[in-house]
Parts: sequence; C-alpha cells; structure tokens
Amino acid sequence: MKKFIRPPQIIILVFLAVLTITAIYLHIPLNAMFGDSLVRLVMNGVLVLSLLPMLNAGIGLNFGLPVGVVAGLLGMCLAVNYHQTGWFGLAAAMLFSAMIAVVFGYLYALLLNKVKGREEIAATFVGFSFVSLMCLFWSVAPFNNPAMLWPIGGKGMRLTVGLKDYFGKVLNNTWQFNILGIKISLGLLLFFFLLCFLVYLIYKTKIGRAMIAVGENEDFARLSGINVNRVRTLSVIFSTVLGALGICVYAQSYGFLELYTAPLMMAFPAASAILIGGSTGGKTTIGQVVLGGYLYQAIYVISGPVANQLLMPEFAEIIRMLATNLIILYALLYGEGLRKNA
Amino acid sequence: MRKPNIMTVIFIVLSLIGLGFSGLSPFFVLNEVIIRFIRDGVLVLALIIPVTAGMGLNFAITVGAIAAQVGFLLVLDWQIGGLTGLLLVTAIGTVLSLAFGALIGVCLNKVRGKEMITTIIIGFLATSIYQFIFMIGFGTFLKPHNLEIMLSRGIGIRNMVDLDSYRNIIDKLWLIHIGQVTIPLFMILIVIIFSLILRYILNTRIGMQFKAVGESKRRTEILGLDSDRIRIKAMIFSTLLACFGQIIFLQNIGMLNVYTAHLNSDIFSCAALLAGGATIKKASIKNAFLGIFLFHTLFIVSPQAGQNIFANVALGEYFRSFVAYGTIAFALVLNIRETELNPAALTAKTGRK
Repeated sequence: MKKFIRPPQIIILVFLAVLTITAIYLHIPLNAMFGDSLVRLVMNGVLVLSLLPMLNAGIGLNFGLPVGVVAGLLGMCLAVNYHQTGWFGLAAAMLFSAMIAVVFGYLYALLLNKVKGREEIAATFVGFSFVSLMCLFWSVAPFNNPAMLWPIGGKGMRLTVGLKDYFGKVLNNTWQFNILGIKISLGLLLFFFLLCFLVYLIYKTKIGRAMIAVGENEDFARLSGINVNRVRTLSVIFSTVLGALGICVYAQSYGFLELYTAPLMMAFPAASAILIGGSTGGKTTIGQVVLGGYLYQAIYVISGPVANQLLMPEFAEIIRMLATNLIILYALLYGEGLRKNA
Repeated sequence: MRKPNIMTVIFIVLSLIGLGFSGLSPFFVLNEVIIRFIRDGVLVLALIIPVTAGMGLNFAITVGAIAAQVGFLLVLDWQIGGLTGLLLVTAIGTVLSLAFGALIGVCLNKVRGKEMITTIIIGFLATSIYQFIFMIGFGTFLKPHNLEIMLSRGIGIRNMVDLDSYRNIIDKLWLIHIGQVTIPLFMILIVIIFSLILRYILNTRIGMQFKAVGESKRRTEILGLDSDRIRIKAMIFSTLLACFGQIIFLQNIGMLNVYTAHLNSDIFSCAALLAGGATIKKASIKNAFLGIFLFHTLFIVSPQAGQNIFANVALGEYFRSFVAYGTIAFALVLNIRETELNPAALTAKTGRK
C-alpha cells in the first residue's frame, strides 16, 4: 500500500473529519454510529468486493454491476417464491443467484471481450439497458407467491418485496451482542471476512495468478501461454457472481428486495468506495476493498443524522453523490486506467 | 452509404407496429412529433460536433442544459420577466456554457479513448454541484430575492417552478394549421437555422479541423494542428448548443422541474441521434432530424401500444427506457468492434501515448 494518501483519500478524510466534529458538536452519539457503520460495511462490502476480479484482470471498473445485481434479485425471488425461510432460505437464494450469475456473467463476458479497451462505457450501457429490460420482465414475471405480486390484479411484481417472513436480517441477527453501546453482528462480519479470505485464496491459485497476469500485461500473458479471453471471461463471471451474492447480503440486511429500476445506479457508489480504498483502476487488494468500503459507509452513516440535525435532509444525499462522482472522475483523469499496454 | 442503417430500419419497423397497435391518430402523433422536434432538435444537434471530432457521444450535454437552467433560475430570482428575461437567460447560459465547455474539454484531453464514460461522470458531478447550489446554497450562503420560488423552510428552491412569463413569447409566432396538423413555423425555423449554422461551421476551417482530429491523430500532426485546442473548441460548441437547446425545450414546456429537467436530455438525445443512423464515429444533421422523428414516434406510441397489446401501460413505459438505453448499448458494442477491425482506426488508437 505505497502512497495511500492521494486526492481521493484527502477529500474523504477531510470530509469525514468535518462530519465527525459536527456530529460531536451536535451531541450525536458516535458509538451507535460505529455499530451501524460496521453493518453497512458488510451490507455494501460484497458489492464493492465484486469489482475486484474485473479490476485485477485489467477490465476496469465494472459499471455493469447491475447485471450481477439482477441475477441476485432473480435468485432471491426464486427463494421467496418457493417460501424458503431462515438460514436455508438465504443459502438457497445465494445458490440460485450464483447459478444465474454464472450464465449472465458468461454472456456479459462475451460482450465485453468484443469491446476491449472501451469496456467501461459499454458496460455502463449494457447495465442500464439490462435493468430496463428486466423492468419488462418484472411486470410480467411468472412468480406466484402473492407476497411478491401486486395485491390488486395479482399480476406483476411489487416495487419492493419484504423479506421479514423469509430470510431478512438472518445474517445480521447471528451472534449479535452489545459492547459499550455498540451493537455488533459478529455473524455478519465473519461472513464478510470469510468471503474476502476466500477471494484472497482464489488469487493464490494458478488460475487466480493467471487473472492478475492478464491484468498486468496482456501481451506477456499471451506469450506465456495463457488463454487471455478465457481468463477475462472467468474474471467477469467471478465479478458477476460476487455482485449477485452482494445484493443478497444487501437485501437480507436491508430487509427488502428492491426490483425494477433500483439497481440502475448501484455501480457508482461501489466504484467510488473501491477508489477511496486506494485502487487506481488497476490491480486492487482486498485490504483496499475493506478500507474503501468502510470509509465510504462511515460517511454514509454520519452524514444522515448530521443533515437531519441541520434540518436539511437532502444535504446528506447530495454531498454523498458529490463526493462519489468527484472521486470517480478523479480516478478517470489521473488513474492508471485501462490496459496501458493493449 | 446507400445501405440502410440497421438501427434506422429497426426503429421504422417498431414505430409502424407501435402506431398500428396504439390506435392513435397519425395526425395526433405527427403533432406530438413536431413538438418534440422543436423541443429536442437543438439538443440532438449539440452531439454532432463531438462525434465528428472523434470524441464519441457527449453525455455531458447535461452540463449545457444545467447552464440554461441556472440562467432561468437566476432570472426568476431577480424577477425579470418577458422577452428581456429570456434574452438575459440566453446571455447567462452562453457565458456559463463557454466556461463549462472549456473545462470539460480540458478534462477530456486527459482521458483520450475514455471520453464517453468521462462525460457521463462529468454530467453526474455537475448535477450534484447544481443540486447543492440550488437546494442547499439558496437561503444559506446565497441570498434569495424572490421568495415565491423558495421552499417554505427558506432554504432551497422548490422542485417545480413556473416559467409562465417566458412561455409563448416565441412559441406561438407564425402558427399554421393544415387540416388537423398544427405547424409552429417560427420555432421550426429556429431549429433549422441552428442546423444551418452547424452545417456552416462544419464546412469552415474549424469544421475541417474537427474532422481531421476525428480521423486520426497522425493526420492532425501532419497538418500541424493542435488537437488539444481543437477538442476543447468542439466541447465548447457542443455545450453552447446544448444550452440553447435546453432554453428552447424549457420555454416550450413552460415549467421547470428544477432538479430533474436536465437528467435524461443526454440519454434521449444520444438515442435519437443513433436511431437516425449515426454511429459513434460519424453523425450528420440528416441523422439527427430523421432520428428525432423515429425515436419520438416510437416514444409517443409505445405506452398506448403496450396498453392495447398486453393490457399494461407500464410495459410501454419500461419498453421506452429499454429502447433508449438499448439503442446506445447496441451502437457502442457494434461500433467499438468495428473500430477494432478497422486497421486505420487502430493505428490512430495505438498512436496515443
């Protein structure tokens, strides 16, 4: 982690410092917020982690994250449709999601391999158009659990589906305890760090090393006998599967499935988070994912109550979007960027 | 070039099917399309210069649109109505667009090959800054003069403001009725005048420079041109046109959704241009005008067609946004692939540092 402090980090640290001081000044209890920030780290962390395989393979920031998210939503809908509850429900949802994500990821990878060097813009619009295509699907989806359908007419999915009776908060409520007024969900945290460790292990295997080799220098990788397109395809599938799992974790923590246009803009906060962690658009470490995810969510957690105290509830959202886009723009302008040696 | 563009053909077929199933009168649709032509015409024209200069689709035309909205909000705040107000809006918009356009151009010179994704993010960022100034800034660090457009809590401008005093100043000039079709001749002329100006620009020396920069970096160097400067000029022209486009759009609607009016201007304009047969490498005024007619015909008929075919209005609405995003995605994938296969373009690409 050489030279962590660059403008994105300065922006975020200054911002965090100002918010924290304001919060202390306004007597907002910080220890409750610390607990919330840990929950939100995991809630969004897997989505942030899902960007890592594509970054490492030199495909750039995955602005097509909605593809994976939709796969996850479909998987969870299947689980809810068959009335799977509790731990088993979540496991079933994740399994379905992962299977769908493999198929989606494969097709998505075929597309991305056709637009080498311009993946980011193509991915953005593939994601956008896929989300709007799925809106058509949601409004005629052949599911039959009435909890998911519009109460009147019984056709078409609701905008949000409550997960309380299925697998909502399953991870959040596992091994939860209080320390010094800080609520900690050990199960949730363990799940996240286990997943991170798993990804770390995958990058220690032969195929994982091939992925990094392709990201570092494609020509060199090709010369050493690596099938570049195959490795890229695997990386995209890997990202998509993690994205699908990410939305499962997010939804169970939030307690609701958000369908239709909800996934449209999900890629941008995740991209911003990973950049805050110190990624520059090239090879990225797990540490950067965790750090960036945490800093981003810490700001999310503090800015809400502060904005409410200041009687400007929009303030939090606007400022967050401002920081998010500023950081992505900075990375585009000054980052390592895509495939220097394409 | 005689070969019909696949995108255009798809749009013609879909529009005809939609028109058939919607059961709407062709005159109604024609009237609506004429209105959309006036509202969106100049915004779509704003995309042509960046495409010519090889910078792809400029999603940052939202910034030009924001410049126009800032103009309107300031003039409303100063309570200057009528034609004077409208001229002042244009003046403010022009100054802001020149500055913003130059700034965007400077940014894009740092990201050769990634212009489009950068323009999207610039658009988002500009939206956040704009929202920050008008939702938070007004009433805190900026002093409002017109309390009517403010939220009751005294901070922030309302979500919707009336532009009634600017409406119909130029809109209702020279209205012609032919049968059931109403033709606002003056407004159509304005759009056509903008297109003629654009054509003139493209044929002058600066226009040739845009084309040279768009074709290849090497050719630019042989001609001894400073491509960075030319690209900045391209963005200034584009942003300025977008600003004028948004002024025409807003005065025609007569309402300003302060925080959302500009949001989809980029997506819809780009989709319309592509529907007319443009690519991310080549676009003409003909593409723009044909595209607006096709894209908006489909846009107008699809909700009703969705209702009649599937008994579901929402389907038509979702279909519209799918068409808009899908058109752009399709064009990107197709064009990027063609660029890869085209050796001349490839030399240009690897020529960069």
